[in-house]
Amino acid sequence: MNDLVKRSGRGVYVQGNDIDTDRIIPARFLKCVTFDELGPALFYDERFDTQDVSKGHILDAPVHRGASIMISDTNFGCGSSREHAPQALQKFGFEVIIAESFAEIFHGNCTTLGMPCLVMEKTQRKALAALVGLHPDAEFLIDLQAQNLTFANEQFSFTMKDSAREAFLSGRFDPLDELLVAKDAIQAVAVRLSYSDHSG
Amino acid sequence: MGKNLYQKVWDDHLVGPLENGQFQIFMGLHLIHEVTSPQAFGMLKDRDLKVAYPGRTFATVDHIIPTVDQSRPFSDPMAERMMAVLSDATDEHGIEFFQPNSGSQGIVHVVGPELGLTQPGITICCGDSHTSTHGAFGCIALGIGTSQVRDVLASQTLAMDPLKVRRIEVTGKLSRGVTAKDVTLHIIRMLGVNGGVGYAYEYAGAVIDAMTMEERMTVCNMSIEGGARCGYINPDETTFAYLEGRERVPSGAGFDAAKSRWAGYASDPDAHYDDVVVIDGGGIEPTVTWGVTPAQALGIGERIPDPTAAEGLDQELMSDALRYMQLEADAPIAGTEIDVAFIGSCTNGRLSDFQAVAEAIVGRKVAASVRAIAVPGSEKVDQAARALGLHDIFTAAGFEWRKPGCSMCLAMNPDKLVGDEVCASSSNRNFMGRQGSSTGRTILMSPIMVAAAAIQGAVADARDVFELEQTS
Repeated sequence: MNDLVKRSGRGVYVQGNDIDTDRIIPARFLKCVTFDELGPALFYDERFDTQDVSKGHILDAPVHRGASIMISDTNFGCGSSREHAPQALQKFGFEVIIAESFAEIFHGNCTTLGMPCLVMEKTQRKALAALVGLHPDAEFLIDLQAQNLTFANEQFSFTMKDSAREAFLSGRFDPLDELLVAKDAIQAVAVRLSYSDHSG
Repeated sequence: MGKNLYQKVWDDHLVGPLENGQFQIFMGLHLIHEVTSPQAFGMLKDRDLKVAYPGRTFATVDHIIPTVDQSRPFSDPMAERMMAVLSDATDEHGIEFFQPNSGSQGIVHVVGPELGLTQPGITICCGDSHTSTHGAFGCIALGIGTSQVRDVLASQTLAMDPLKVRRIEVTGKLSRGVTAKDVTLHIIRMLGVNGGVGYAYEYAGAVIDAMTMEERMTVCNMSIEGGARCGYINPDETTFAYLEGRERVPSGAGFDAAKSRWAGYASDPDAHYDDVVVIDGGGIEPTVTWGVTPAQALGIGERIPDPTAAEGLDQELMSDALRYMQLEADAPIAGTEIDVAFIGSCTNGRLSDFQAVAEAIVGRKVAASVRAIAVPGSEKVDQAARALGLHDIFTAAGFEWRKPGCSMCLAMNPDKLVGDEVCASSSNRNFMGRQGSSTGRTILMSPIMVAAAAIQGAVADARDVFELEQTS
């Protein structure tokens, strides 16, 4: 069902304002030279105690296993710019994040990885979070074009940053190809700038 | 209407519009380190791409480097591997790498300015959120993710949405014993950790004008903790004086030309701002955190807030923060016992930070219950501190004087809290688990306040512990 415009899947509500990227992926897991192994480390210190025993975090609740849509509160992903955070979310299985607001570097990282960040105002988001708790098996149907979603027979609306929405609708969320096209224009700016590189 | 600095730098570096409505912006300077950049070289290889402008990228190692024994191979095999991957990648692509013992290694946000790589009117990016530090020089300095590091390596450009600009004027004069760190903690406390989302912060006003470059770096460093994408201060004579004679800054006639160009980037007097906030500098107290975000802060004389005064989720989260910190609502923050004192980091690991503390702690002793470490931000800071005999003063007072690195700011190296230790820290983040223990507790404050806490064994007002003179 996931195409350019639509996203679907089951949800989980991870409560908290200002959930920082150190919480999403503690620094010790940043000791890596690829992002491949980060999935199991997601929210590690919130999910496991110092003996690696489960603390019964909502992400580990059997009813939410396999959820691909995360709902949280305000300023999600603040702090460190580490792309390890959205990488861990994605590798854990998340495809969409819904929050009242997002920290900007995190938002940009998610977009580049193809993981939409949906902004939903407080009243609707609270209602949605409560519904997800009641219906962990229910499927989301998200329409990025119309900026609305259906869950458990209820309709919710959200917004997206214009450029991010445009990027998803066109399927060009990774900007590199387009950046490289401008090779000559880049060189012209490099030459025009009154400062050059500092290596000399 | 005139332009602000952000608009001038943006216009100068604009390559063109992108199809999704973003803009392609040229990056004048790219800094990389071992944590967020090695993966980007892998991504280049996957797509068979080369580094487009290797002369505009510089590398250092800071997060994972040990601060006691820096001999290779590092005792942590993964740290050694990250170092090796960065070293190989920079060799392969012809990128200058400030290796340990080169005399130039250090925390990326200390190294850029001290070498003079960081200059007014340029664009800077680095896979590190505290890149905002460099804005102190009047440039646009952005923390980016690893995929964007890839974009910059491959194209020297970023896809960006334009930001709004908020001018934050800190007026008046700081009181005795109040530092740049207190100013930035106070601003974040007032505007919130997400108050800056969508904005670049322009810091201005008499208090900022009077600051040294190192103080300005402390303020800009924490812009990101206030949610701002970047923060900057208009370049002035203080900026130019700092830059003159630095290794990577032109000299002679080249310097004069650069200086007049740099001055032109300062915001015009009639520049447009999307928002203006005025803060009375004279009302700022030495400020420390009580919770788990930098905005959960208070003046040293205040009492810890009571969550019952808040509502709903806010009340729940404040209660969670107090439970995590093991602190009581309505109790004074002064007197909170500490186990560890840390002076260092990209926020407060520069020479003047150590000078100010050394002056105060001569003849004093760290409390027996406290483990105290001082970690210079770079090899140059270390050398300069040693030349002034500062390391002897620190050592005599009971601090360990370490080798340069990020150290206990984020504990990707052997410097970590143990269990639920409380750390009085001159760093930038008091997030849960930030300093390497999932139950470790961080209280952010200025270096002089860390020194006071180290000596008292508990959070204390540095103005009482030391005889501090009026600043500025």
